[in-house]
Amino acid sequence: MPNRFPISTEAVDKTPVATMEIILRLKVKDAMVTNVLAAKKSDTLREIQMMMKENEISGVPVLDENRLVGMISVNDIINALDRNYIHDKAEKHMVRNLIVLEDDMPLTFAVSYFNKYTYRRFPVINKEKEFVGILSTKDVLAAMLFEMNKEINALESRLTSVRADMPNQIVQEFVIKRFDFENAGTASFQLKKLLKEKSVDRKVLRRASVAAYELEINVAIHTFGGTITFIFDKDRITIIAKDNGPGILNVDEVCEEGFSTANEWIRSLGFGAGMGLPNTKRVSDDFSITSQVGVGTTVTSVIFLEAKDESE
Amino acid sequence: MKVSELCERLGASAVTGPFDDRDVTKVYTSDLLSDVMGFAEEESLLITIQAHKNTIAVASQLDMPAIVICNGRKVPDDMRESAVQEKITLLTTKDSQYTASTKVYLALSGA
Repeated sequence: MPNRFPISTEAVDKTPVATMEIILRLKVKDAMVTNVLAAKKSDTLREIQMMMKENEISGVPVLDENRLVGMISVNDIINALDRNYIHDKAEKHMVRNLIVLEDDMPLTFAVSYFNKYTYRRFPVINKEKEFVGILSTKDVLAAMLFEMNKEINALESRLTSVRADMPNQIVQEFVIKRFDFENAGTASFQLKKLLKEKSVDRKVLRRASVAAYELEINVAIHTFGGTITFIFDKDRITIIAKDNGPGILNVDEVCEEGFSTANEWIRSLGFGAGMGLPNTKRVSDDFSITSQVGVGTTVTSVIFLEAKDESE
Repeated sequence: MKVSELCERLGASAVTGPFDDRDVTKVYTSDLLSDVMGFAEEESLLITIQAHKNTIAVASQLDMPAIVICNGRKVPDDMRESAVQEKITLLTTKDSQYTASTKVYLALSGA
């Protein structure tokens, strides 16, 4: 049945880019409910009526093996009671001309379906035409809220997203707290995402990810906390890890492979092998470290976007 | 070889995924995450005992299709959640890293 009261999509055209991105990123399978009760086509309408009553649901998909062959709604049950065929099999009266969604469709597509038709839920099938779940308007809302929350969390962890000194330069800064392994990787994940968007060469992307992650982990493990800053220029990425102490006595020593001051606990997590700074140095085109005991350490790694051969 | 096939050959159980059932051609075995970070090739399968969230962060940086957690170590909830988020298949096995690596080697070399 076509929807006589569609939502105005005028507002959608003015939606901020971040929100649009979230909607476009989600697929039907990210939002649908998968553990759905289903009836067999040989079930009677009475059995389905009981199933609906017990589980407080208003529509049941009818399956033949894994294939969706029809739907029975409360309306069909009312008709059956009214016209005295409640003991008939489902296959005799089920709605067969179904409008279905595919699990790989973008969620925007589903939204347009809800707008177009009056149905409050659509059955979902996969590429093999097997029934995989149900999508209701409620599920769409829940999935979008969940995704928005995630995005906002990521945005909040950024101190200043744009504070460029030069045109065409992007600067992102992240706060790293001491021993915060929970969020370690947030900054490098954002870096990776941005570089992917900019279609940076895969090897360069990987080297930048390694440098950013190692430095991020370093700040979390060895310092009182600090910041990590990414500066994107036309030809290079500069990663600056700056902490608030305790500082390093001998900076040459810490760049040697195997030198480590990590404790047992950190080693048990798989860190502290004395490879962080050597790894960072190896993937950098330009690397520098300055430190003052009692003040803090600044490590700078520069990676050029023009790919250099990785010596592995 | 597909992740799902490898899972079967290992007799491992899937905690998450398989997502997109990606192909495995390269493998890296290590419990040192910074070693993995420095020396594992991109898109390798990772065999390790490090059952915590940071392993997912490292695997994600290297675009790894799957991780095999050995010695029957329990996967904590936040690790599983972050694996789902990053679409990395998490397998667990009672085997040691050595045994798991050998099984994967034999499977990939067609034995």
